[in-house]
Amino acid sequence: MRTERLVQHLLGLAAACSVAVTVLIFGFMVILGLPLITGGAFFQMFTSPWLPSQAVYGIAPMMVGTVSIAGLALAFSFPVSLGCAALISVLGTGPLPALLHRLVRFMTGIPTVVYGFAGIFVLVPMIREWVGRGSGMCIFSAALLLAVLVAPTMILFFSDSFSSVPKAYLTAADALGATPVQKLFHVVIPCSWRGLITGVVLALGRALGDTLIALMIAGNATAMPGSVLDPARTLTAHIALVVAADFDSLEFRTLFACGIILYVCTTLMVIFTRRVGAVSERRLWRSA
Amino acid sequence: MLRIGRRFYLIMAISTLALLLACSFPVLAGDLDPFAGDAGTVKISGGTAHIPVMKEAAKQIMQHYPNVRITVAGGGSGVGIKQVGEGLVNIGNSGRKPTDKEIAKYDLKMFKWAIDGVGVVVNPKNPVKALSRAQVKAIFAGRMDNWKAVGGTDKAITIYTRDEASGTRAVFWKKAIDKGDITARANVVVSNGAMKSAVANDPYGIGYVSVGHIDNSVMPVALDGVTPTLETVKNGRYKVARGLFSNTRGEPTGLTKQFIDFLFSQTGQKIAAEKGFVTVN
Repeated sequence: MRTERLVQHLLGLAAACSVAVTVLIFGFMVILGLPLITGGAFFQMFTSPWLPSQAVYGIAPMMVGTVSIAGLALAFSFPVSLGCAALISVLGTGPLPALLHRLVRFMTGIPTVVYGFAGIFVLVPMIREWVGRGSGMCIFSAALLLAVLVAPTMILFFSDSFSSVPKAYLTAADALGATPVQKLFHVVIPCSWRGLITGVVLALGRALGDTLIALMIAGNATAMPGSVLDPARTLTAHIALVVAADFDSLEFRTLFACGIILYVCTTLMVIFTRRVGAVSERRLWRSA
Repeated sequence: MLRIGRRFYLIMAISTLALLLACSFPVLAGDLDPFAGDAGTVKISGGTAHIPVMKEAAKQIMQHYPNVRITVAGGGSGVGIKQVGEGLVNIGNSGRKPTDKEIAKYDLKMFKWAIDGVGVVVNPKNPVKALSRAQVKAIFAGRMDNWKAVGGTDKAITIYTRDEASGTRAVFWKKAIDKGDITARANVVVSNGAMKSAVANDPYGIGYVSVGHIDNSVMPVALDGVTPTLETVKNGRYKVARGLFSNTRGEPTGLTKQFIDFLFSQTGQKIAAEKGFVTVN
């Protein structure tokens, strides 16, 4: 009884610590970014361009860059991941599913820079030839690579939640004469909403947070991108590029704003996942 | 996030060193003598123009005295100054003179062991071999956006520039384009090496690198009639030049001092010359 209490306390302490660290990091960013907020430049930053020579330190182009690269990556990656996961858990026969599963798990271990190198020497020249102008370093190239990077996260989450659909449901579908594809669309996918959304949000988080791919492939131009074939800079790449600039400068302070935005985005996404997950579960209960 | 980048540079540097250790290199034995019997680590980071010389110097020292570990990382001049100032590394390299504010804040001691030019480069396939200063300014400001306007093919110019922390950028901006604008549409790369591979891979690209980094993969462009080479930087005809600095926090001591002394020794200066820099001794 006593050891149980002790373990409970220890675990509670560990949980409190990790919560405290997260909150402290947020506090740290807010405090260091405070000169911006009190200086009145905080909200202006979200709408203005980045022109350090004219002392205008807006991060609007970087926000657009981040959202478009991550969003496009997800749009590329989601259908492929869904298909892959379906093949692994529901549709595949023979040794293929196991092989695919192993491959995907292996992909999670590939360092980002490897994708980055492949991107610079293979993808970027291809895109440049195909587009016929510019450097080939653009939102489109970065999104394609990022799609490959985030796919394993989604595939593993999707296939896990597909596999955890109760066996009885599948047997019932089989008894009704459903084909495997019908089974996938009418039983498996509706039953694993929660896993799907969690997978998508985690992948989105990874896409928003990734630095290296965008830094190496997206071109890092600070101009507002006009199309997906324009170079762009993400918030994370912006932090990496500016972090070494003159400290104490306003330029440097804006980094904390970037950090705050990324932090708030992630928090909102987590809250959203919880909400949607909870709702879909309740609905499932009601219909069951 | 940034840490991954740094660690990556570090791993790259260490593995390259390990590879290079296999090759041998003639050394004037006397210059390495101060390291005899020493053991310890020297951590170096910062300017990417310095890296070839740092690696070669580290290789020679570690080859003779395996107990001495020298790690070489990149990051850019800003990173070098900041890291040495905060005590994260022993030597912080910069391709520009640290500002008075930085020197005062961190009590920096500067050691200028070579002079380096910053040259405009294009892809070797590009027929444009010379530009006037006004043309370079117009191109980098984004006012001139087709190679046809400067005697090339009818293709859009892609501009490559360096990040805010780059000493190479600082010198190019100050001395080549007279503090003119660099268009926000320019692609930003993070090292001299990355600049070289970007321009080498892009037939319509233009960028600028440390003269020490110019090789067959990129073509230097004459600026107002003067081609950036070791010779023209040395005799002062090519004006876009800067010192290569190794900075320490306070007076260097121990291994750090010995490493800097080595850079100024006959062997160290020979390495700098071989890597395409103008020596100071």
